[in-house]
Amino acid sequence: MNNHPLPYHYVRPDVISLLTSEELFTSAPQQPTRYAYAEAILELGERNPDVVVLDADVSKSIKTNLFAERFPERSFNFGIAEQNMMAAAAGMATTGLIPFATTYAVFASMRALDMVRNSIHYPHLNVKIAASHGGITPGPDGVTHQGQEDLSIMRAIAGSTIIAAADPTTTKQAVWAAAEYDGPVYLSFTRDPVPVLFDMDYPFEIGKAVTLRDGTDATIVANRDLVVQALVAAEHLAAKGLNVRVIDCHTLKPLDGEAILQAAHETGAIVTAENNMFFGGLGSAVAELLVENFPIPMKRIGIRDIFAESGPYLALLKKYGLSAEHIAEAVEDVLRRKS
Amino acid sequence: MDQPPMDIEDLKKMAATIRCDIIDMICTAKAGHPGGSLSAADIVTALYFRLMRVDPQNPGWPDRDRFILSKGHACPVWYAALAERGFFDKSHLGTLRQLDSILQGHPTMNKTPGIDMTAGSLGHGLSAGLGMALSGKLRKKQYHVWVIVGDGESQEGSIWEAAMAAAKWKLDNLTAILDYNNLQNDYAVDEVMPIDPVADKWQAFGWNVMEIDGHNMEQVVEALEGAKTFKGMPTMIIANTVKGKGVSFMENVCEWHGKAPAQDEADQALEEIRRCIRE
Repeated sequence: MNNHPLPYHYVRPDVISLLTSEELFTSAPQQPTRYAYAEAILELGERNPDVVVLDADVSKSIKTNLFAERFPERSFNFGIAEQNMMAAAAGMATTGLIPFATTYAVFASMRALDMVRNSIHYPHLNVKIAASHGGITPGPDGVTHQGQEDLSIMRAIAGSTIIAAADPTTTKQAVWAAAEYDGPVYLSFTRDPVPVLFDMDYPFEIGKAVTLRDGTDATIVANRDLVVQALVAAEHLAAKGLNVRVIDCHTLKPLDGEAILQAAHETGAIVTAENNMFFGGLGSAVAELLVENFPIPMKRIGIRDIFAESGPYLALLKKYGLSAEHIAEAVEDVLRRKS
Repeated sequence: MDQPPMDIEDLKKMAATIRCDIIDMICTAKAGHPGGSLSAADIVTALYFRLMRVDPQNPGWPDRDRFILSKGHACPVWYAALAERGFFDKSHLGTLRQLDSILQGHPTMNKTPGIDMTAGSLGHGLSAGLGMALSGKLRKKQYHVWVIVGDGESQEGSIWEAAMAAAKWKLDNLTAILDYNNLQNDYAVDEVMPIDPVADKWQAFGWNVMEIDGHNMEQVVEALEGAKTFKGMPTMIIANTVKGKGVSFMENVCEWHGKAPAQDEADQALEEIRRCIRE
C-alpha cells in the first residue's frame, strides 16, 4: 500500500516521528479543518458553477468570506438566521444548485434542526451542511458553541450521511466527495488546529473507513480530531509491546460495518474514540453493529453525560476523558476483558 | 402550457369544483384539514388555472413557475388543483392519507407530481421559496415563485427571517400570499397570538403589500397579476379569507380546522357548493 517501514498507512512520516512527542501539536504542520473546508470550497467553486455558499454571519470565522470575495454572485449571507438559511438551501437545491450551508455545529444541528430534517433530509435534497466547531474543539468559547452532540443528533435522521474527517487533507477530500454525492451530507469541522496527518494519496471514499495502523491485539475506531489521539495512544501502547490497529472512521454514517467487523474478528477487542457525546455517535454505532453481529469486549471514549466548559482545547480533552491517555487506558481495559 | 389561462367565470366554477374535491377527499380519508383548504381555494385556483406557467406533462420543467403551500396541512386544496390541472389522475384523490398513496397527509415532493416543495412543519415554505427565487435570479430565469403562508404560521420566527432576506435581495420574482382567515388550530389568531397590524409589518420589512378579499376572484387575479410584474421588491398579498369558505356550517368555525365531515355533512357541503355555482 505504501513504503512506510512502520505498521502505518497514509500517515505522514513527520507526524509518525512526533506521535510520542510533546511537540506534536506545536511542530507538525497543522490547521483548523474549518479553514481546509474554506480552501476546498474555493477550489470547488472554480470548477463547478452550481456550487453556492450560504453563510450565517460566521464567514470570517470559517473563512468562507474568501469564497464570497471570489464569487460574490454565488455567495449568500443570511445573517444570524440559520433556520431561514437551511430551508432556503433546500429551495435552491430543488433548482439544481449545490448549496453549502455553512455555520457552527450547534446551530446547524439544533437551532435549524427542524429545517434540516423536514426540508432537507425528508425530500433528500442535495444540500451540504458545513458545520464547524464540532465537539469541544471550540475550547475557549464554552458550551454554547461546542458541538458536543451534533453527530448523535444527525445520525438519528433517516437517510443522513455524516462525515467527520480527521485532518485538513481529508477534510478537503470530504468536501469534494460530498459535492459529487447526490443528497444531503453533514460535514463536521474543528475550530482548533489539528496536525496535517495525510497527503493527497489518502484513498478517501464516503462510507469507507481506512486502516491507518496495523495491529492484532485490539482496534481503536476513531473519527475527526480523536484520530490523532488514537494514533498517539497506539504508539504509547506499542512501547508496552501491544499491537493496536487504528481505523479512521471518517464517515459516521453510513458506517463501514465490513471494516469494523473484520477488525473485530481479527483483533477481538474494540475501543471507539470520538469528541462527541458517548451515546448516539460513533461509539453507539459500533456497539450496535457488534452486539448484533459479533459481541466482543468494547469501550467507548466520548463525552460522558455532562456539559464541558471553556478552556484550551488540549486541556479540555484531558479533563473530559478524550485524550490519548484515556484511549490507551481503555484499550488496556478491553484487553483485560478479552479472553 | 397545455391550456390557455381561464377567464374569471371559469375560474369561479373551477374553484367550486376544487372545493367539492376537498370535501370528498377529506370525507373519504376521514381525516384532514378542510377549513384552511377551503379558505385558500380561490387563490390556488387562480394560480394554477390563470397565472402559473406549468406543464402537467413535465412537472419538473426547469423554467416552470413554482408554488409552495407553506401551510402544508391545507394540501387537499393543492392536490385537488393538481389533479384538476392534469398532473395526475383524479382517482388518486380518494387515496388521501391512505397507505401507499401518492397523497401524503402533508405535501411530499418525492411522492406527488407537481409538488414543488415538501411542507408541513410551519415556517419553512417562504424560506424555500426564497431559495428558489435566489436561484432564479442567479441563473437569470424568468420563473416566478408563489408561496401561500398561513396567518397562524406567521407566528413562526422563521417567517420573519425570510421576510428580511427577501427584501435584502430585492426578490421581485417572489410573491407571498397570506391566507388571513383569522383562525388557527386552538382559537382565533387574535386570541392565541395576534399578528396585526400585519400589513404594516410586511411593509416595514421592505415588501410591496396589497390587501384583497381572497374570495373575490376579480381581486385575486388582479393582485396576482400585479405582483408578477411588480419590480424591485417582493410582494405580499394579504388575502382576507373565511375559514371553511363555501360551506355554511364550517365557515368561521375553529373546530373545522382539522376535522373530517361525516358523510351526511359532506353531502350537505357538496350541495351548498354546487348551489353556489348554479346561482
